[in-house]
Amino acid sequence: MENLQKTCLYDRHIAANAKMSPFGGFIMPIEYTGIINEHNAVRHAAGMFDVSHMGEIFVTGPDSEKFVNHVFTNDVSALTPGKIQYGMMLYPNGGTVDDLLVYKMNGDKWLLVVNAANIEKDYEWIKANSTGFDVSIDNDSPQWAQIALQGPEAEGIAVKTLGLDVAELSFYSFKETEWQGKYLIVSRTGYTGEDGFELYSDPETIIKMWDMLAEAGVVLCGLGCRDTLRFEVGLPLYGHELSEDISPVEGGLGMFVKTDKPEFVGKEAIIIQKTEGITKKVVGIELADKAIPRAGYDVEADGKVIGNVTTGYNSISTGKSVCMALIDKQYASIGRPVEIRIRKKTFKGTVCKKRFYDKNYKK
Amino acid sequence: MAKTIEGLYYSESHEWVRIEGEYGYVGITDYAQQAMGNIVYVDMPEEDDEFTAGEEFGAVESVKAASDLISPVSGVVEEINNDLEDKPELINQDAYSAWIMKIRLTNPEEKDSLMDATAYAAFCEKEQ
Repeated sequence: MENLQKTCLYDRHIAANAKMSPFGGFIMPIEYTGIINEHNAVRHAAGMFDVSHMGEIFVTGPDSEKFVNHVFTNDVSALTPGKIQYGMMLYPNGGTVDDLLVYKMNGDKWLLVVNAANIEKDYEWIKANSTGFDVSIDNDSPQWAQIALQGPEAEGIAVKTLGLDVAELSFYSFKETEWQGKYLIVSRTGYTGEDGFELYSDPETIIKMWDMLAEAGVVLCGLGCRDTLRFEVGLPLYGHELSEDISPVEGGLGMFVKTDKPEFVGKEAIIIQKTEGITKKVVGIELADKAIPRAGYDVEADGKVIGNVTTGYNSISTGKSVCMALIDKQYASIGRPVEIRIRKKTFKGTVCKKRFYDKNYKK
Repeated sequence: MAKTIEGLYYSESHEWVRIEGEYGYVGITDYAQQAMGNIVYVDMPEEDDEFTAGEEFGAVESVKAASDLISPVSGVVEEINNDLEDKPELINQDAYSAWIMKIRLTNPEEKDSLMDATAYAAFCEKEQ
């Protein structure tokens, strides 16, 4: 058994009788009261997630903007303090190191929020590419804890229960503030397709907030529904729709790669992919049957395997069996019939958009 | 705490069988449904399918994963529980009334190699 880390909320999860499972090097709650119940709470009311496993890497120094733009695919030069961008870090061959959020703070300071499983890899990668830049890079992940408060009622709860002045905070913005005398970052972001906030502070403060939110009746949500929620609105999960072997262009996320920037790691490879085309692409597939396509299952057409499912579910919000799959580009057009092998049988499906449910962002 | 019911026979892969004359009703245990969470799909066998004990006869799928169903006994499928097609959650509600297949037993003595309720409860205890 690998050495699993616990978040500061571990005791709360055990007390709430959560099903716990390893994820990204941490022992994390998968579900408390059932994935369907938790999923619906976020779609229709509010739920909260312990996302303290996520990594926080700070970049500071005179060259910080230039450096962030060097390792990041989106263009941060347009950001003002308090704004956030989503994008990726790439290998020179266009493969994805990780996908992440970049927060532009005051002064020459940037916060990079990265996937738990990739913290060490990302930190090493960022450091290794910093030669010649006047920056310092700090992996502060262990000092930070984080709650994601998500759902249409999130704003009301943040304002009333936590007393946060966030009603005017716009989507993909954040503010640095104090809560009960402690430093807090609140951003209007999330990974569910619903309105909501991500709250970053020290472990003790986050535990207090968690207790207060639980007391107010916010539904405890595990990583199980975090995945069903992000999947339905077509958001990628590193290791599934993006990876060392799947570039953002292949993942259908080319809009987050700004090839008009002067330079960034992976730019040449992405330009080639964008101009000469790609051989495989992540698409959505909807099945006619209720059988559930799971990650790894074969996608077939013309009597041969054309790719594999990357994530699949019977969508809780729509009731349809749907998946994202990485398939040969020549089959990746909307409406194209394909088949998915599920155990001993194949089931008919149709290529569709990979957004199976509409996002419901507020601001 | 997972329930067990006296009089049923249990397998190590968490299926139960209730013997009624020459037939057996097969389902998954309360322990199994608790471990899986919300069940959203049952991949059913078909009538007249023949299985030997230990053979896969379908799958039960929760939101996040599929689990193979392993037949605890040998026989020929007489009937399947069609209610589960639209309401797979019946297994969550009461795993011991939500049988999956009714099977005509070809080797009724096989039940002697399965666990009784007490032995199965102890087995689950150890699994945890």
